[in-house]
Amino acid sequence: MESFVTRYKNVLVLVAILLAQTIGLAVQVRRPVESGAPDSSSVTLLRYWAVSSVTPFERFFHGLGYNVRSGWSNYIYLRHTRQQNHDLQQQIARLRLEQAALSEDAIQGHRLQALLGFQQHYVSATVAAQVIGTSGNDLSRVLYIDKGSRNGLKPDQAVITPDGIIGKLRDVFPHTSQVLLINDQTSGAGVLLASTRLRAILRGTTTGQIVINNLTPDSRIKVGEQVLTSGGDQVYPRGLPVGTIESIAPDPDHQPYTLIKLRPAANLNQLEEVLVITATQSTLPLPAQHDLAVGAATAKQVADQQAAEAAAKSAAQIVADRLPSLHDPDHPDTDATPAAAGGPPGGIVPKPLPTLHPDRYTTGATPPAADLKPGAPETNTPASIPSQTSSPTTQQPITQQPPATTKPRKPQSPADSTQTPNPQPLTTNH
Amino acid sequence: MATRSYTSRRELEQHSFSPAVAILVPLAAVLLQALLPRPFPRLAILDLPLIITVFFAVSRRNPVAGTFTGAAIGLLQDALTNQPIGVNGMSKSVIGFIAASIGIQIDVENLTTRVFINFGFFLLNSFLLFLINRRLLGLTNFHILWLHELIRAAVNTAVALPIFFLLDNAKRRE
Repeated sequence: MESFVTRYKNVLVLVAILLAQTIGLAVQVRRPVESGAPDSSSVTLLRYWAVSSVTPFERFFHGLGYNVRSGWSNYIYLRHTRQQNHDLQQQIARLRLEQAALSEDAIQGHRLQALLGFQQHYVSATVAAQVIGTSGNDLSRVLYIDKGSRNGLKPDQAVITPDGIIGKLRDVFPHTSQVLLINDQTSGAGVLLASTRLRAILRGTTTGQIVINNLTPDSRIKVGEQVLTSGGDQVYPRGLPVGTIESIAPDPDHQPYTLIKLRPAANLNQLEEVLVITATQSTLPLPAQHDLAVGAATAKQVADQQAAEAAAKSAAQIVADRLPSLHDPDHPDTDATPAAAGGPPGGIVPKPLPTLHPDRYTTGATPPAADLKPGAPETNTPASIPSQTSSPTTQQPITQQPPATTKPRKPQSPADSTQTPNPQPLTTNH
Repeated sequence: MATRSYTSRRELEQHSFSPAVAILVPLAAVLLQALLPRPFPRLAILDLPLIITVFFAVSRRNPVAGTFTGAAIGLLQDALTNQPIGVNGMSKSVIGFIAASIGIQIDVENLTTRVFINFGFFLLNSFLLFLINRRLLGLTNFHILWLHELIRAAVNTAVALPIFFLLDNAKRRE
């Protein structure tokens, strides 16, 4: 027996270590049941020892790098800062106007939600934290932040950035917390497709992508559609950005479902600072109420300003705006530059309406001059129409003739004929 | 730099390390592995703890020591993840054992041998992790992309060679 142990000592040690770890794995996978949940107390203790031995170094190196970076960017590298400040101020002014435009709708929406008894959860308190480390394993996508239970953090609290959700707290230690990213293979979240309002479940993969694989093919789902949190998982408040749909393809493993890959709204690979949502409430938080009130006041101010500008308009200008003109509203470009288009200088002259009862004075009733012969017998053609000519030398003396009498005259220009739809006989005095 | 070659088992020496090196180097590897992917996400492909496990195992040429070294480093690595503690511990225990056993048989200080054993152990590590996750933990959605694993093995082999040469200076002959 002794010789057996001595001979196979190496293998026996290996088997014993593997057996011990297998038993340890069996104990751990028995609980917790749901994925992504925190560990049992004994496992947490082991992790706590490991994290406590590593995080001081992580804090040190993170603080060193942070101070160097902030010193460089805040005190030395200030190129384009003035221009960025100017752009940001313009952006603030634009956002204030947008806020004013939306605030009335938001107030109305909140009033209707209150009337209908909808339960909405708003983020009321957050804790800002800095990312100090990772798990160092691409099969385990977790981060470590520099805030823990001493700062009021608890497991299963949502972690976000201004761009979108990041993940949730898994294990919380006194000064450090472990954040489970949404692209970890054990992660999940209830989501809502923004335009189609379809509810789905988001999952992470072993390759670090986030996918939805519980929806059947639907032609309404398009690439580029935004995905929001649905609030159904009781972790992430409703309406936070998750990402946009990057591709839609049949799921080879789960037919007939589709595999929808998402591009995360937040950059999960380059996280510096995050926000942990520590409390939600059913009413709008006070700062948000204040913002809405400011927005409503701005909207009222803009409306008053527009009304004052309208009142300041002169009555003549208003009448001029309302009077009909020769401009064709359906083709504004045709009357914009008539000369350039080759038209008459005065613009397009409207043609007269057709005469209901034509007589000899009707435009166009006169036969063309080429058809008339001097001294020809009178015909029963309609009477001649006196012409208007600009030059007195070319104008013949015209007297009102009996209807049957016609006199030869010069042909009229089309413009002249159209300008006198109902001309009166003229008498010249020489 | 003169290359040493061993022609008999007698010339194959067991190396030892000072306690500071034996403790601090694995800790530094785990720490760097946790720190580097935050500013450089692509570096998550590295597995510095496995490189250190292989190095200590083949240098000591003692399967028991290699097994314990692999187990300790793997368990410490597991404690920083959200995986059950023991996944990396088991795989690195096996690799530590095999690496030490190989170190007895062949000359592992040759450059070509180091390339082959590192590449092979990284592929073996991926396979063991696949087995543990798929069979022991029952994760049916756990997939492994072998092309990615081949690239990972090649990259880690390239990183392992200078680390091996660096750590050769810390060896103490017994």
